[in-house]
Amino acid sequence: MAAAGAAHLSSGKINLGVLRDHYRRELIECIDKCTGTKALVWDDALTGPFGLVAEYSLLKDHEVEKMFPLGPKTLQASNVQNIIFLTRPKLKLMELIAQNLLNEDHKGPQRTEFHLIFVPRKSLLCEKKLKEMGVFGTFTSVEEFSLELIPFDNDLLSMEIDTTFRECYLENDFTTMFYVAQSIMTLQALYGIIPYIYGKGDCAKHVVEMMRRMKGELGGREPQITPQIDNLLILDRNVDLLTPLLTQLTYEGLIDETFGLNNTSVKLPAEKFIPKNQKPDEPLEPKKFILNSSDELYADLRDKNFNAVGSIVSKKAKAITLEFDERHQAKTVGEMKQFVTKLPHLQKARESLTTQTSIAELVKEATNSDGFMETLRCQQDFTNGLETDKIHPYIEECIAKKDSITKILRLICIQSYCNDGLKPKILEYYKREIIQAYGFEHMITLMNLEKTGLLKTHGNRTYAIIRKSLKLIVDDVNEQVPNDISYVYSGYAPLSIRLAQYLARPGWRSITEVLNLLPGPKVEEIQQIPVALRKRRNSITSSHSSTGEQRVTLVFFLGGVTYAEIAALRFLAQQDEGGTDYLIATTKIINGSGLIETMKEKIESVKLNPF
Amino acid sequence: MATADWNPLGNVYYRNVELYQMDWNGLLELNQYMIAAAPYGGPIALMKDDKKTGRVSTNVKPIINVYNAAGKPLSQLRWNSGNVVHLGWSNTEELLCIQDNGVILVYDIALNFKRTFGMGQEAKEMKILDWKVFSSFQGTGIAVMTTSYRIYLINNVDDPRVRKLAEVPDLNSAPSSWTILNLDRQSRALVAKDAQLFLVDHGGQYQEQFPELASTVTAFIEMAVSFNNKLLAMFTDKGVIWIGSSDLKKVYCEFNTKASQRPQQLAWSGVGAVVALWDKLCIVVGPEKDWIKYNFESFVYLVQEEDGLRIIGNELHQFLQKVPDVTEQIFKIGSMEPGAMLYEASKEFSRRSQKADEYIRMIKDKLDVAVDQCIQAAGHEIEPSKQKALLRAASFGKCFLTDYRPEAFVDMCQMLRVLNQVRQFSVGIPLTYTQLNHLSVPVLIDRLVLRKLFCLAIRICHYLKIPDAEGASRILAHWACYKVQQKHEDEEQLARSISQKLLDAPGVSFSEIASQALEQGRKQLAIKLLDYEPKASEQVPLLLKMDQNNTALSKAVDSGDTDLVYTVLLTMKDKISNMGEFFMAIRQMPIAYSLYIQYCRQQNPKLVEDLYYQEDNFLAEGNCKVVSSYSEEMFEDRIRKLEAAITCYQKAKMEFASKQTEDQIKLLKIQRKLEDESNKTYIDMSLHDTMYKLTQNGNHKMTEQLRKDFKVPDKRFWLLRMEALAESSDWTELERFSKSKKPPVGMEAFVDVCMKYYNRTEAMKYVNRVTPDQKVKCLVKVGNLKEAADSALESRNEDSLNIVLSKAIQSNNKQLIETIRDYKIRLNTKK
Repeated sequence: MAAAGAAHLSSGKINLGVLRDHYRRELIECIDKCTGTKALVWDDALTGPFGLVAEYSLLKDHEVEKMFPLGPKTLQASNVQNIIFLTRPKLKLMELIAQNLLNEDHKGPQRTEFHLIFVPRKSLLCEKKLKEMGVFGTFTSVEEFSLELIPFDNDLLSMEIDTTFRECYLENDFTTMFYVAQSIMTLQALYGIIPYIYGKGDCAKHVVEMMRRMKGELGGREPQITPQIDNLLILDRNVDLLTPLLTQLTYEGLIDETFGLNNTSVKLPAEKFIPKNQKPDEPLEPKKFILNSSDELYADLRDKNFNAVGSIVSKKAKAITLEFDERHQAKTVGEMKQFVTKLPHLQKARESLTTQTSIAELVKEATNSDGFMETLRCQQDFTNGLETDKIHPYIEECIAKKDSITKILRLICIQSYCNDGLKPKILEYYKREIIQAYGFEHMITLMNLEKTGLLKTHGNRTYAIIRKSLKLIVDDVNEQVPNDISYVYSGYAPLSIRLAQYLARPGWRSITEVLNLLPGPKVEEIQQIPVALRKRRNSITSSHSSTGEQRVTLVFFLGGVTYAEIAALRFLAQQDEGGTDYLIATTKIINGSGLIETMKEKIESVKLNPF
Repeated sequence: MATADWNPLGNVYYRNVELYQMDWNGLLELNQYMIAAAPYGGPIALMKDDKKTGRVSTNVKPIINVYNAAGKPLSQLRWNSGNVVHLGWSNTEELLCIQDNGVILVYDIALNFKRTFGMGQEAKEMKILDWKVFSSFQGTGIAVMTTSYRIYLINNVDDPRVRKLAEVPDLNSAPSSWTILNLDRQSRALVAKDAQLFLVDHGGQYQEQFPELASTVTAFIEMAVSFNNKLLAMFTDKGVIWIGSSDLKKVYCEFNTKASQRPQQLAWSGVGAVVALWDKLCIVVGPEKDWIKYNFESFVYLVQEEDGLRIIGNELHQFLQKVPDVTEQIFKIGSMEPGAMLYEASKEFSRRSQKADEYIRMIKDKLDVAVDQCIQAAGHEIEPSKQKALLRAASFGKCFLTDYRPEAFVDMCQMLRVLNQVRQFSVGIPLTYTQLNHLSVPVLIDRLVLRKLFCLAIRICHYLKIPDAEGASRILAHWACYKVQQKHEDEEQLARSISQKLLDAPGVSFSEIASQALEQGRKQLAIKLLDYEPKASEQVPLLLKMDQNNTALSKAVDSGDTDLVYTVLLTMKDKISNMGEFFMAIRQMPIAYSLYIQYCRQQNPKLVEDLYYQEDNFLAEGNCKVVSSYSEEMFEDRIRKLEAAITCYQKAKMEFASKQTEDQIKLLKIQRKLEDESNKTYIDMSLHDTMYKLTQNGNHKMTEQLRKDFKVPDKRFWLLRMEALAESSDWTELERFSKSKKPPVGMEAFVDVCMKYYNRTEAMKYVNRVTPDQKVKCLVKVGNLKEAADSALESRNEDSLNIVLSKAIQSNNKQLIETIRDYKIRLNTKK
C-alpha cells in the first residue's frame, strides 16, 4: 500500500511508511464496516492530520463520495447510504453532531445510516452527552480509529494535540499522556520493544509507568520482532520551557514563526507567487504549500540557519543553470537523449527553487523589521543572563505601543526563566502594566502562567549553572557551516537537545548535578529483550564502539517540540562521531507563540445591557 | 503376527482392536440403559431405561451416570426433572438431556446444570415422538419429531434457534425412518414415508427423492449417515442395505442381509463400511458387497468415529477400523514395500543379524519413503510396544539418510506420547492419531480441563512447548475458576494459592476468576483476586459492581485511562445521592478531582465554583467569579460578581489580584459614567485604550485624571498620548505636549510617531531637537540620507556612516553612495 505522496516516509532509518500503512489499514477497516456509498463529515482539526495518512483517492476507492467539514448545519442533501462522522472525543463537537442529526430528523424519513468514528479513542463522556441529547440511538455503529502519531516526515511523528502542556500543568489532566503511552506501544508493536528507556520530568515518569502497566496487560503477548529502535528518550516540555519561547532562527523555524506551519503545510500570500506582469484586480486567496523532505531543496534548506539559506539558494541556482546549459554542449544524439531524460527532474528542481526563493524573500522581509531585530536582541540579553533583574526597556516600550500581547508574554517568560524567577516588584510591575494596557481579563492568563511556572517569582539560582555546565551559550557560533547545535538559535543551544546529546555521549551520569537542578524526576529503565531477538552487533567489545552501526534513538517530546529543536537533532544525527540516529515524536510541533496562546484564558464578554 | 486380527473386506482389511477392559464389568448390564457416548473418545452417559428393563415405571427418579471411555465413573446425578427420552452429547462434551416435551437440559461433564431450552410450543404441547442429535455446520444440532409428525430443529445447541421444517405431504402416520443430512451448508431432513423418500428443508420446500434402486422396497426402516456427512446407508424392510452418497445421487451397492428384523443399530465405520447390528451379531458391509461377520458375547453399543467405529460392551471397549494403508503396506504378508523392508531390517538389526544390511541395500534409494512409512504406521498403532518397534525402525532408517528432516519423526514421537497419556485408563480418551489431527491439540487440552485433569493438561502444554499465554495460563485460569467454586476452602488461603500459581502466568484474566468467585457469592475472595488483575479496564467495572468505589477509582486513576476514571466518577455520582459525600470521596484523588472539575467546567460552570468553595480554594473560586462576571449582562451584576471575587482573593491573601479587581471596578464605574456623558462606548476597554480614546476625543482632563488615579507610569503615558495625538493628527497638541516638560522619552520617539502617520514635515521639527548621537539615525528615518551622511561626517562616526551607506545601497542612490565613500576616505585620512 505504499501510496503515492508518501515515498519520502520510507527513506529514513526507520521506515515510517509501515506506520502509515498500519493506520491506513485500520481506517479502511473502520470505514468498510458499513457497506454502500458514504459521506464523511470531518471534525475540522482532523482533516490536516488525515491528509497525511489517507488521500482522497484511497477513500474514494472505498465508496466515499462526499466530504463535509463539521459545522452547525453541515448535512446537505446527499443520496449516500451512509453518513460517517469522524470526530475527536470533545463534548463541544458532540453538541454539533447532535444538532446536525436533529436537523436531519426534520427533513423526514431517509434511509441513510449514521455512523460515528472517534479519533483516537471512544469516550464515555461523549457517548453520554449524545445520549442526553437523544441522538445516540441514531447511530448504527460507533467505532474508534486510533490515529495517534501521524508521520510528518521520515524522522518525524506528531500527535497534533496542542493543549498538552496546559492540560498537564494547569488542569492536572493527563489524558494525553495515556495516548502517548499507547502510541509508544503501537510503535513497539511495529518496530519491536525498545530496550532502553530514559526520561526526565513528571510527565515522562507518568508515561513510563503507564507503559509498564500496558506491558503487563499484554500478558506476554509481545511483538516478536528484533528491535529497530535502541533507545527511547522521553522529555517533558516542563524540563525545558526556555527553548520554545525563543525565536527560532532556522529556515523552517522562521517559516513557522512568521506564517505558521500546520501539518507540514503553510499558507502564504499568493501575490508573491505570480508573475509580476499580471497583477490581479482582487485580493487572492492565500496559497498553500506542502513542505517536507520529498522536495530535495527544502530538505536541504529547512534545518539551516536562515543566514546560510541565501548562499545555498544561489549555489543551487547556479548549479541548475549550469545543468540547463548542458543542452548547448550536447552534440551527439545520445547526449541529447541523456539531457532529455534529466529534464523532468531539472524542471522540478527549478520550480522548487523559484518557490523556495520566494518563501525566503517573504521570511527575509519579516526578519528585516526593526521589531524582529530588537526582539532578538532582547532575547539574547536574557539568555546571556544580562539585564534579567531589571525592567527591560524594550518590553516596557512594547507594552506602551501595545505590541502583540503574545510577544510580550513570551519575552517576560524568557526573562523570568533566565533570572530564575523575577523579583516580586518587577513581576508585579509587568503584570500591572499588562492589565492596564491590555485589559483586566489578562489577569487570569497571568495567573495561569504563574501556576505552570512559566512566570514565577524569585527561586533558587539555577539558570547560570545550567547554562554553564550544559554550554547553552556559544559565542563563536558558525551559522554557515555549523559545528554545534547552537546554530539553530544563533548562539543558544536548546537545553532539551543538549540533554539528548549528553545522553548519547558520554551519558547522563556526567551531568547528574544539572539533571537534579532541572524540574521533575529522572527515569531510567531497561526492557528485557529475549536473547533471540537481540541485535547482533558487529563488535563484541562495547555497544558504544565507534565501528558499530548507528543506534536509533526515539526522542519523544511531551508538550511539543520546535522546528529548531528538530533541526538540532537532525544535525546531531548527521555528525559522524555521533553514532546516533534520531527519530522524533511529539504531541505537537509548537513555537513560543502557540505555547503562550494555549495558556491564555479565553474570556468572551457579553455586551452589557445599557439600562 | 501383526495381521492375526485382520479380516479382509474386498481388497482392504478391517481389524478390531481392543481399547479397554471396562471398569464397569460385572456392575451393570448395558442393555438396560439408555446410552449416549460422545465421539472422539468422549464420555459415556447411562441412564436406566424402564422400557428396556421391562419394569413398571416407578416414581423413583432415575440416575444419570457419566463414565469415561474405559468405564470409570466420572459423575452421577439423580434426575429430578421431566421425562427424559434421549441423551446426547454436544461437540463441546455437554450432555443434552431431551425430555418428551421437547425441553432440553444441558449439563457439563461433571453433571452441573448449565442451561435449558425448548424446541417450541408444538413440541411442548404435543410431546415428541422421535429425536436426532446431529453435527451441523455450526456445531451440534438437535431435531425432534412431534407426535403430529412435524420436524423442528436447531443447528446449534449453544445458540438455539428453533426452525420448523417443511411438512411431508400426506404423512398420517409415523415415518418409517428419518435422518438429518447436511447438504450445502444447510441441515435438511430425509424422511422415509414407507418407500417414498422426501428431503425437507426449513425454507418450506420438500423434494421427493428417487435414488437408484435395484431391489423392490416397501419401506426404508433405518438410516445412517457417515461421520463426514457424505455417505448414507438405508435399511429396507426386505433386509437390503442400500449404500450411496448422502445426496442420493450415487449408489455404491445394495446388499441383502436376508434379515427380516430391523437392526438394533445401523452405523458407519469411518467412510469405508456400514455396520448393522442385531443383538450379538454384526455384519460389516463394504461398498463392493463384501462382508465380514462379528459375534459378540453380550449386548454392545456402536459409536461412529471419523476413522472407525467404537464398540462398547459390558466387558470390552473395541475399535473397529479399516487397517490404514500404510500399516497394511508394512505388515501385509509378503509386502515388498520399502517400509516393510525397513521394519524387517530393524528387527534383524536388533537380533544382531547381518540380514539387516541386506534389507537396507534392497531399499537404498527409497529409504526416505521407508522412514516416512514407519513413522506414519507408528501413528496408527494403539499398542505402545508396536509404536516403539515402528519408531525404532524409522530411527534406524534415518541413520542412513544424510539430509532427512527430523521434524516428522519428532512430531510423531511427541504426539504419540500425548496420545498414550490420554488413552490411559484413568483419563480414558481413546483418540486415534487421525482423530487428534482433526480435533487439534488445543481442543484436547480443553477436554482435559473439562475433566479437571489440570496437571496433565499443563504437562502436555509444557511438553509440546505451547506458549504459556495460549496453553498453561488458560489452564491455570480454569483451575482457579474451579478452585473458587470449592466452598470448603479458606478464602485467604485460596487467594494466596491462586495468586502464587497464576502470578507468573502471562495473560491470565484475574477478573474472570474474580467474577466466578463473585457468582459463588464470595465477594471478599473476588476483591482479593481482582487486585491481581493487570487490566484496569476489566478490573474497574467489576470493582464497581461490588461497590468497591474507592478502590475502583484509585485503580482507574493509576491506569491513566481518563475514560475509565470518568466511568467510575459518573457511576459513583449516581450511586451516592449526597453530593457532599461524593466530593469527600473524590477529594482523596487529586487527578480524579481535577478531571471531575474539567467535566463540570464544560457542563456546569456554577458547580465548579461550588467545588472550589467547598475545598477552600479561594483563589480558584475568585478566578471563576471573575470569568463569569464577563457573562453578566447587567452592569450591577458584573460589579457584584467582581466584589465577590475581591472577597475571595482577600481570603486567599492575593493582594495583587484583589487590588487589580478593585481597580477594575473603579475603571468600570468611570467608563459607565463616560458612556452616559458622551454616548460613546468605553466599557470592556482597557485603561490604556480608554485613555487613548479620551485623548483622541480631546478629553485631556479626564485622561490626566485617570493617569493620576491609576498611577500610569510616565513613559507609557507619554508614548500613549503621543500616539493618540499623532493618529488623530492633532499636531499642535503634540508639539505643545513635547514642550510641556522634560519628556521621559527621547525626541526620536516623536520622530517615530510622526513618521508612523506619514508626516515628514512634523517629523523634521523634532529631528532638530534630538540629541546629537541620535541625529544620524533620525535623519535616516525621515529619509534624508544626504543630510544623515553629512551629520555622520560631522560627528566623525564611521559606524553611522556605514549604516547610511547600507541604506543608500538599498535605495540604489548611486550618487549618494559615491559621496559617502568619499566621506569615509576623508574620515580615515583625517585620523
